[in-house]
Amino acid sequence: MRLPDPLEKLRQRFFGDTVRTFGWISLLLLILLAIAPAKNHFADWRRYQRGYEHLIRTRSDAVTLQRHFEPGVQQIWLPEMGVVDRCTTCHSALKETTLMDVTIQPYRHHPDIPHKLDEFGCSVCHRGQGTATSVEDAHQSTLAWEEPILPAKYLESSCGQCHQQDLKGTPQLNLGRKMLTQYGCVHCHTVKRPDGSTITGTDDPPTLTHIADKTSREWIYAWLKDPQAYATTATMPNFKLKDEDARDISAFLISSSTPASLKLVQASLDAAKKVKDDAALQTKAASLYGESFCASCHAVQNAAGNLVGGNVGPELTKVGSKVKPEWLQAWVRNPHDYDPPTGMPHYRFSDQEVGLLTGFLMGKSDSDLLANVHLDAATPEQIAHGKRLVNDYGCASCHEINGIKRPENFAPELTKIGSKPANQLAFAPGVPHTLYDYINAKIRQPRAFGPGLKMPQYTFNTAQVDALMNALLSHNERALTMPAAKTVAALPVSHYEPAGKAGQLITDLNCFSCHAINGRGGDMAPDITWEGSSVQRDWLVQFFRNPNTLRPALIRRMPKFNLTDAEINTLTDYIMTVYQSPKIDRDSMPLSGYSAGQVELGKQLYYSKYSCQACHIIDTKQDKGYIGPTLSHVGSRLTAAWVYNWMKDPQALRPGTQEPKRNMSDDDARALTAFLMSQKGRDGQEAKKR
Amino acid sequence: MKRTACLLIFLVTALSVGCSRQPKTFVLVAKPTAYGTAIVESSGGKQTAGVGTPLLQPVVLQVNDEQGNAVTGALVILHGPSGIYLDPAAGTTDSSGQFTTNVSLGVIPGRYQITASTTTKTGKTAELKIEEIAFGYQEMLGSQLNDQYCARCHNQESSPERVSNYDNLEVKPHPFTEGDTLNKMSDADLTAIISHGGPALNKSPLMAPYGYTLSKSEIQAVIAYIRMVSDPPYGAPGIVYAQK
Repeated sequence: MRLPDPLEKLRQRFFGDTVRTFGWISLLLLILLAIAPAKNHFADWRRYQRGYEHLIRTRSDAVTLQRHFEPGVQQIWLPEMGVVDRCTTCHSALKETTLMDVTIQPYRHHPDIPHKLDEFGCSVCHRGQGTATSVEDAHQSTLAWEEPILPAKYLESSCGQCHQQDLKGTPQLNLGRKMLTQYGCVHCHTVKRPDGSTITGTDDPPTLTHIADKTSREWIYAWLKDPQAYATTATMPNFKLKDEDARDISAFLISSSTPASLKLVQASLDAAKKVKDDAALQTKAASLYGESFCASCHAVQNAAGNLVGGNVGPELTKVGSKVKPEWLQAWVRNPHDYDPPTGMPHYRFSDQEVGLLTGFLMGKSDSDLLANVHLDAATPEQIAHGKRLVNDYGCASCHEINGIKRPENFAPELTKIGSKPANQLAFAPGVPHTLYDYINAKIRQPRAFGPGLKMPQYTFNTAQVDALMNALLSHNERALTMPAAKTVAALPVSHYEPAGKAGQLITDLNCFSCHAINGRGGDMAPDITWEGSSVQRDWLVQFFRNPNTLRPALIRRMPKFNLTDAEINTLTDYIMTVYQSPKIDRDSMPLSGYSAGQVELGKQLYYSKYSCQACHIIDTKQDKGYIGPTLSHVGSRLTAAWVYNWMKDPQALRPGTQEPKRNMSDDDARALTAFLMSQKGRDGQEAKKR
Repeated sequence: MKRTACLLIFLVTALSVGCSRQPKTFVLVAKPTAYGTAIVESSGGKQTAGVGTPLLQPVVLQVNDEQGNAVTGALVILHGPSGIYLDPAAGTTDSSGQFTTNVSLGVIPGRYQITASTTTKTGKTAELKIEEIAFGYQEMLGSQLNDQYCARCHNQESSPERVSNYDNLEVKPHPFTEGDTLNKMSDADLTAIISHGGPALNKSPLMAPYGYTLSKSEIQAVIAYIRMVSDPPYGAPGIVYAQK
């Protein structure tokens, strides 16, 4: 085929003979050969290194910076962690503290963290492709590398790879981990820590075996349809049930319920009925509710719509629309009768008091809640369908239900969720194809991923979702393969059980709901592991009889449990003998009899050198400090040995306490102890006179 | 020959245009139905959050007219430094004259200034600047330590859960936002007063020493926190350029 004329002329001109052809082909090869060095020359990282050199040239410490700077591809290689990070090739200034003011990337100084760059590299925390030397490959998700840089809001998840304990600098991760155990996630999803232990829930989903005694089918129906309509703080998620499904599940739950052995006292019920129409009784009931410090654990919405109270127990705003008075009076009398492992203490209320509280709580109702719920008697088909649904939705993963076995591995295991490859995920339409967006969308809108999915809808705000994301992303492949030397194990879970008669009392009163003992228990009230070394026996007896608060600014207080003298004795004896610190000899220092000179010296130290009045009150007329406990009676409350040791190192006795360690000399500590032990309070002085 | 050249040039241009075309973002802005004269902050300014995280409360702005009454339907446009994410970045005020936006902070610790503007009837713009603070690791740690050890005295705000001790103290502590005083103190001064208490700098002994309770790095974190929240902002001593 002949080429058109002009091209034919060109061909003749360039490839007319062998020499010319050879020449041109050689030139072409030369150009091709030059591409590789040229590509290298124009590489991203060279440009950034030139930029860096330009940046430091004008600075006062240019010489030092230039000396620190090493041109060429840099690499941090940590074989035991599988880290090959070339990030420092472009991020040249990570360690340069004098470049603190530079805000342009990639030349920013790395903010101070407890870890060294050379020991951990970059990708352990930030993810991304460590070996890459171009901006796109290193930071973004590419065909060959799926894991893009971790968004800054999820950075705390990386701390969680090694640190299984809560850290002070990672509030988001701590919250997320708490949510994981509190919102029932781990009841359906298995999540294992790198050490192989399984995370267990700290929530206590109620047993439904006697549910018919407690509430009505109508309430169950309304609750199933929308738990948050009953209580905004409800932790049960919304399963988005159809009307007939909610109808059938409620039918099944009522039909499967067996009667509990509840003690019905007619006098209490009668008293409860009177409360409704009697203003005086209502006031009395309200003050009993207040005195019993129910609000320390239970919240109630006030007229302004704000929740007031604690979140240990369920919200009580509409409790009157939920429970039956017969059940409530039995529950208030002794909650262990209905639910033995409950966290609610057994107050020893009189029948009259039980009635007052029952009536008071039944008054907290919302007539709108069940107004539109009309259910006909359940048919056997409905009950059978309800049972099927209960199995399908895995209700028994959280709740104990008669006739339903707790399902094993009901939902996918999440032990490696933080490193799941994006190509193994089924994305909902409109969700960007990264793991982070996938998990985020799953938490926010689980049902958007397709029909027939069972994961319920939670009502988390953005901050909560981010916190949960941090906790989930910390469970990944790297966390599982981290060398043992780098990991910090979780605190072992304490299964401490107090023994004997006192142990039974401690369980009955549920002291663990608020107090921690030997690593087990809540943090609402002080840790009482060493209470026996700390307080005097007489004070403790008096405190059980009438617990008065030690701190003026505290709203949560220990309730009065109406214990008998025998019970108080049992508890006190146990605490005084068993809960002792091995480091403190209670009897090593006398409780009184210090010389006037020592007391006076201690007083001067108290008010001048150590200025304790900033936080404590001794002289109720002058002192105003609000933070620590009032010390006007401290001499009849604490043991001298405890006070002395506290002066020397408060954190050693109560980790995390606000009072700073003062590095006091022994003499100062002794004088202060003498002064404090002389503060016996009015009761003490009266006792002396007698 | 000419034709081939033309064809080549055309192809090259078409290709380069095709490759370099970047998605342009257009902000859809509603048309204002009313105009105000001033823009004021209702709530949401001076919040703190970790880097890259959304602020807990939305930023609520209000557009007022000359009499100070709220204006409904006035246009509000927000601008922020790179890294900050505003949702939405523009819109009109609602029936109570307010405009609400959710803010996510950038990944660099520091102060983020958002400029809110509204057009007035005469075509001028009324502006308002609000600041939000992004905490890095150190500042976050410092803020936690502040909650645990410092805030009871140094923060005047009381909540039912946490009653402030500020009013009880004879010599008043400086709130950490009090930049006028605290910015004058060097890091070394602050370290001294935190470690050794008020008397270290001839100040009130009511300030207890925390040097045996907090570690060195914890004290640094507290200082980083104090520097970050101070108002007016703390400026680090400037870089001294070598004289030539």
